[in-house]
Amino acid sequence: MRHVKGILLAGVGGQGIILASDILCRVFISAGLDVKKSEVHGMAQRGGCVTSHVRFGKTVHSPLAKKKDVDILVAFEKMETIRYLDYVMDGGAVIINMEEIYPPAVNLGEFPYPDDITETVRRSFPDFQLVDAAKQAIRAGNIRTVNTVLLGALSCFLNLSLKLWDKALADSFPAKLIGVNREAFRLGRGAVQL
Amino acid sequence: MSGNEAIARGAYECGVRFAVGYPGTPSTEIMEAFARYPGVYAEWSPNEKVAMEVGIGAALAGAKAMVVMKHVGVNVAADPLFTVSYTGTNGALVVITADDPSMHSSQNEQDNRNYARFAKIPMLEPADSEEAKRFIKLAFEQSEKFDTPVFLRSTTRVSHSKSLVTLEKPSVSDDRTAVRFDTEKFVMVPMNARKRRLVVEKRLQDLKFFAESFPDNRMEINRSDVGIITAGLSYHYAKEVFPDYSYLKLGMVYPLPVKLIRKFARQVRKIYVIEELDPFLEEQIRAMGIKVTGKEIFPYTGEFDPGVIEEAISGGKSLKTLPDIPIPPRPPNLCPGCPHRGLFYVLGKLKIFVNGDIGCYTLSFMKPLEGLHSCICMGASIGMAHGMSKALGERGKGKVVGVIGDSTFLHSGITPMLNMAYNRSDAVIVICDNRTTAMTGMQEHPATGFTLQGEKTVEVDIAALVKSLGIQSVRVIDPYDLKSVRAVLKEELARSGPSVVISRRACILFKREKLPRRKPFTIDPEKCIGCRLCLGIGCPPIAWRTASNGPDGRVTRSEKKNRKGVAFIHRDLCAGCGLCAQLCKSGAITEERE
Repeated sequence: MRHVKGILLAGVGGQGIILASDILCRVFISAGLDVKKSEVHGMAQRGGCVTSHVRFGKTVHSPLAKKKDVDILVAFEKMETIRYLDYVMDGGAVIINMEEIYPPAVNLGEFPYPDDITETVRRSFPDFQLVDAAKQAIRAGNIRTVNTVLLGALSCFLNLSLKLWDKALADSFPAKLIGVNREAFRLGRGAVQL
Repeated sequence: MSGNEAIARGAYECGVRFAVGYPGTPSTEIMEAFARYPGVYAEWSPNEKVAMEVGIGAALAGAKAMVVMKHVGVNVAADPLFTVSYTGTNGALVVITADDPSMHSSQNEQDNRNYARFAKIPMLEPADSEEAKRFIKLAFEQSEKFDTPVFLRSTTRVSHSKSLVTLEKPSVSDDRTAVRFDTEKFVMVPMNARKRRLVVEKRLQDLKFFAESFPDNRMEINRSDVGIITAGLSYHYAKEVFPDYSYLKLGMVYPLPVKLIRKFARQVRKIYVIEELDPFLEEQIRAMGIKVTGKEIFPYTGEFDPGVIEEAISGGKSLKTLPDIPIPPRPPNLCPGCPHRGLFYVLGKLKIFVNGDIGCYTLSFMKPLEGLHSCICMGASIGMAHGMSKALGERGKGKVVGVIGDSTFLHSGITPMLNMAYNRSDAVIVICDNRTTAMTGMQEHPATGFTLQGEKTVEVDIAALVKSLGIQSVRVIDPYDLKSVRAVLKEELARSGPSVVISRRACILFKREKLPRRKPFTIDPEKCIGCRLCLGIGCPPIAWRTASNGPDGRVTRSEKKNRKGVAFIHRDLCAGCGLCAQLCKSGAITEERE
């Protein structure tokens, strides 16, 4: 039996991945679990790839997961799904935000943005979830809540009390932003088809 | 809590009230977190050497002083470091070195454990945040007990990983600061230094003895067939994949507990030494005559993870390979509206050699800007530009430039600039003054007018400083104005003698000097002639759209007119700097109307 589970959040600098993983950690801590997380700061903030590993369980040793050992991958950007897909274990879950953010090579027209991403994912993970997080974030009232929408989607795959999520959200935002993030979280949950 | 926050917390809990450093990934947050505790003194010094000297001065006055830097910062601080090892510390002095295996944000991957042996200074290495908080306290205890500076080594993954930490009540140590004289101990002229040299060796013997019973050098005896000797985060990686093996986990990586290692070796049949980067432990253990397996199976380069260790010991498990589709790389890039972009666009077009330095602007070496051609270390650009210009002589006239950021210039650019004036250089230096230390996240420096703890202070006038060094031609440009950037650079390149151009505009992310939000620009697809000039600035919102590569796949009339495509701007990303509009020859790019 595996005592430690792992989640990998991956996307592009500026998408709110670090904050999302902080909120996720709060939830696990309040659930009484050991939790470790690891991400890379620095150069990655300048539009490069950002990943955050969150690992939880009774006792967690490594903050990093090895390949094929992540239970859930949340890709905040569509193409980044492919870059980190080999971390996901067989039978793991994959949540994909459909937003496309072009890297320089695509902007310059030197490299096409891959158009067969969902097909590629489907071959290994037929039950992946495709979420239009930007649409839900705008519905919630603030485009910057994309990360909270995706946390809502992620919450459907974790058997944790919604009260814990709600408290973690309330503890993570200034008072005036709590409402919109609650709504974004709710819409994110609604966007998942199980 | 992150490892960095835990180091700051641990220092505060054990009564440290004095810390000094220079920002550098992955160490920066230690000082930022420490500076927020009540009743502390914390400062950013202009560079790591100054920081070390400030720390030494505080320690000599009897304070408990923490000095914080990234691994390459220790190179800058090495001069005082090697001699404070002789004098000892009087109060306490702990030096944090944050190493960066895999070079996530560094120019090299040096293993600073070597500094411990080189400078004869003990070194502790925590494996997670809880240990980071505890070990910083132990480091201060050791410093006081043995009258020695002590290293605490972190790595990117320890500094930037978060794990649970139990907070304790901060203690306040007695104020033991006083002016004390002890010239034999603190004046390192040969006759005194020779005596202290003997003290250093004696201290090292005492520390070796101490290491044998140091509780954080601990054995976990499980299976007797395999034993693992390791330190730092590698311990957790190994425990993850091999929980049943026996372990000797070293909390103190220098000096090593020789007897304890022998004792461990007697209890297990096969020994692996698991450490990132250099075979630092391995070579010393081999030198004891103990047979171990190490770098013949573990990589010398890059950081580890549980997979790396499992693969090295158990052999590569054949992972089912996933269907592979090619995806373009996603390197970090200058932000939309970044003031460096206009400057480096022009530099890239001038057919000159641009000696670069450390900062966000280093990213302009990449396509399409290609406006920077070297990067060695903090402050190197100026000396290199001068050396290159001297070596090339007449052939180098108007061909050699050095670029350096404002914080980097104040870190270690002043002395080489003095040299340029003194030795009558012909190079042109551009100081990219974006009003902050942008790359590490907006830290204050001597030209921002504020200290680390947010107090107002004098703001050095960079232009006046440069003039006072003996540079006669000093000009200021706005990098958003391409025409004047080009004109001024051309004039300065044509001039003989050293000259300095200050390219001044605040970092687009710097909140304190933020200008009112500009309107985004837009490209009229009817007017766009598909010349791709605007793509040449490599601005993230500007993208090329062919019929099949558009956000909506719409074919415009321009494309019907036999053009290969048109450029368009993602309006949500555009910062409104207007550089692209200055390049557009067909007048297709305009500021968005209300």
